[in-house]
This record gives sequence, structure tokens and C-alpha cells, in this order.
Amino acid sequence: MEESKIISGCKVVIIGGSAGSLNALMQILPELPELKGFAIVIVVHRKSTDDQTLEELIALKSSVSVKPVEDKVPLLPGFVYVAPSNYHLLFEKNETLSLDISEKINYSRPSIDVSFESAAEIYGESLVGILLSGSNTDGTYGLKTIQAAGGTIVVQNPLAADMPFMPHNAILNTQPDFVLDNNEILKFISTINT
Amino acid sequence: MIEDIELETLINEVYEYYGFDFGSYSRASLKRRVNRVMHLDGFTHFHEFLSRVRYDPEYYKRMVDEITVNVTEMFRDPSFYAVVRNEILPLLGTKPFIRLWHAGCSTGEEVYSMAIMLKEAGLLHKSLIYATDINSTVLETAKKGIFPLRMMKEYSENYRDAGGQEDFSNYYIANYGIAKFNEELAEKMVFSQHNLVSDTSFNEFDMILCRNVLIYFDNDLQKRVINLFDESLAVLGFLALGTKETIKYSVTPNKYKQLDKEKIWRKVK
Ligand SMILES: C[S@@+](CC[C@H](N)C(=O)[O-])C[C@H]1O[C@@H](n2cnc3c(N)ncnc32)[C@H](O)[C@@H]1O
Repeated sequence: MEESKIISGCKVVIIGGSAGSLNALMQILPELPELKGFAIVIVVHRKSTDDQTLEELIALKSSVSVKPVEDKVPLLPGFVYVAPSNYHLLFEKNETLSLDISEKINYSRPSIDVSFESAAEIYGESLVGILLSGSNTDGTYGLKTIQAAGGTIVVQNPLAADMPFMPHNAILNTQPDFVLDNNEILKFISTINT
Repeated sequence: MIEDIELETLINEVYEYYGFDFGSYSRASLKRRVNRVMHLDGFTHFHEFLSRVRYDPEYYKRMVDEITVNVTEMFRDPSFYAVVRNEILPLLGTKPFIRLWHAGCSTGEEVYSMAIMLKEAGLLHKSLIYATDINSTVLETAKKGIFPLRMMKEYSENYRDAGGQEDFSNYYIANYGIAKFNEELAEKMVFSQHNLVSDTSFNEFDMILCRNVLIYFDNDLQKRVINLFDESLAVLGFLALGTKETIKYSVTPNKYKQLDKEKIWRKVK
């Protein structure tokens, strides 16, 4: 990693993950300092039955506040948002989130590709996309759209991932700006807009 | 992806040529759906797609059918149906006659779910269930009560999780990959086309269900539609929305009282 490259002008950091990503999130989120002028949006595949638990876990363990996602909630800097299960999460021009119950994509709802692409459309250069552990290909196409729109893309080092397939697939098919271990991802997010 | 300006052009032209106003639909989803149908139908240039929509009313209808999201399930969110079964139906049951409205019913899975619960509560005979949608193709499917057989395992689990005690497979006849629901369930259903954007209230109801429809509308249209429901709901009637939708920003707070954690509100005055 080029230690010197600090991201500025960032409005949203969107993090996608599937199997095994919870571990990484739990290493990163609790350690985060106050988010300076940007929001974090988390899109992970999970069972609809444990819908609330991830929010609760994050709220419990970390100092950044979690805002529950309902349709058309405003996306405010300084907060963490977690995509609810069984809906796709989309971004609107007026900086609100909207939900959509259309067909699964990559066997997933929420699909990481769908949210990444939608966020890229709205946030362009002021978007950072991070892809974590998982065992399918969701997220790779989304990272491409983020990069094409001028955003920054980060992939978890497959060696650091519980399930390396998803980050590995992304590295093979995109040119990530950074490939980072969990503690490096933490450092990276902590320096955004500083 | 098409450009924002192209999407706005389409919205304007559709309004001008066909009178249908997509202007208050959430843009993020609408854009994806328009892209999807263009792609499905092999259009590479937006202007070709646009002129087809303009000059071919049949194709316009197909486009509307494809850009509306019709995904639905029986007994989706079992905890919601459990509350309806255990808390709402006993209250509605005290009335001589029960009127329900499923707005945005899609292919009818929710409507049949409701009919099953009404029947089990011994209330179906005195109920009338209006089910409406703008998409006439899904309404045809709904009338037939024919759903994919492969979904029945999941639906019967949902049914059970929602407190259902019967053998779910008694409600349909399985045949060549389809499940045809008993006609008796449909006897009290009335299906018709109704557009939440432009059509008015048409009756007074004891319960209105409109789940996962408002997510496709912007805040202003959501407010208008909730007002329409408010006008159509009897005092002490119930309004049910999808698990991530709310009436919070649309009606005066003390007019409605929320039930438990579910997205069900009772009109208290
Ligand atoms: C995702 S489905 C919801 C189905 C069902 N209520 C559920 O939650 O499972 C949304 C439905 O809303 C309908 N819809 C969209 N715009 C509408 C409008 N302006 N008026 C009436 N129905 C509309 C669509 O055709 C679609 O069938």
C-alpha cells in the first residue's frame, strides 16, 4: 500500500461482503474513530432471520452510531448503515437510500453489485468501495462500476479473508487501488478525509 | 446505464402519449428497470427504444409490465402474518361484514394468504377482499390462483411460522409444476386495475394492505397514497405496510397507533 495516499472528498464508503465477512467487519468497525464527513454503508449477504443482529453487534461494539435502514432514510455523514436482508439497497440523487424487492442478483438480495453500481452512479469520485471475504462472485462487477465512475476500490487481501474466493475473483478481474489486510483497511478508513 | 436525461425524456413521453405518470417513482429503481427491459428486448440505442414505446401501444404495455417490480410471496414475513392472525382477525371478526383491500397485489400470493387465514378464522364467508394493481398481466395470474409448485415448500414453512396448523397442501392441487389454489378461496376476491398515482378512493375498508409498493415511490407520492388510504379506511381499521415502510412522515401522529413491532397501524380517530 502506498502509505501516503490519503483519500479526501469522500462522502460514502461502501463495504460488501459475504461468508466470513463478519469477522473482518468486527475487527474493523469497533476500532474506527469518528467518521469525518462520510458515511459507511454495509451490504452483506445474510439470513433474513438474523436481520437485527449485525446492527446490534456493531452498535454494541463500536463508537460510531448505526442508523437503521428504512426506505428513503437520508444518508448522513458520520453514521453506519446496514442493508436490510431481502431487499436491494439503492442510492437516490437527493442522498437518501431506497429499497427494492426485485429479483435476486447473483443469488443474492441484497446484491453487492446492485448497491455498488447504484452508489457509483450517485457518488462517482467521492465513493470508496471495499470488498471483503465471500464465496461467490458478487461485488466484482460493482467494483468495476465504482472505478469507472472515478471512485476508489479496495479489496481485502485474500490471504486475510476467511473465504478468499470473492476478493480473489475481484483481484483477477479488476485493478484494485489497494489490496489490504484487515488492520490496513482499518487504517485506511481512519485516514479518510483527514 | 441510460442517462438521467434519457430517463426523464421517457417519463415525459409516456405521460404525454399514454397519460401514465412515472414522475414520482423512485429514480434509482426505475432506471435499473428501464435498463433491464431495454437489454431484455435487445435495444442498443435509447432512441430506438423510445420510439417503439411511443408508437407501439402493445410494446408500451409490455414495458410497464416489465418495469413494475412484481416479486411477491405467500406469507412473506411470517411474524407479520402471525400478528394479523392472532391480533387483528379476532377484532375484525366482531363485525358483521369485513372489507379488505390489497393495493399493489401483484400476482396475488398475499391475497390467497389472507384468504387462508380468514377461512381458518371462520371469517371468509363474511369478508370481501378487493385486490388491485396497475399491471393487468399480474392481475390475470392472480385471478387464476396458480402459483409455481416449486415455491410450495417455502410457502408451507412460512405458513407454519405464521401460526398455520393445517396441512398446507390441502389448499391446492399440484399438477405439472403448478399449484392451483382451491377456488373456494377466491370466491370472496374482487380483482381490478387501480392506479395509486391517479385513481381515487372507491370504498371504505376495515383493513388495507399495501406492502412493498411505496418503496417504489418518492416521498411526495408516498404521502399522497397514504392520504388515499386514510380516506379509504374506517375508524378503528388497520393499515399494513412492508417491513421497511412507514406512515411516520405522512399522517398526523396521534391519528394512528402502531401494533407491536410490525408495520401495522390502527386508525384510532
Ligand atoms: C413488489 S410488488 C408487491 C407485492 C406484494 N404486495 C408483496 O409485498 O409481496 C409491487 C406491486 O406494486 C404495483 N404497482 C406499482 N405501481 C403501482 C401503481 N401506481 N398503482 C398500483 N399498483 C402499482 C406493481 O405492479 C407490483 O405488482
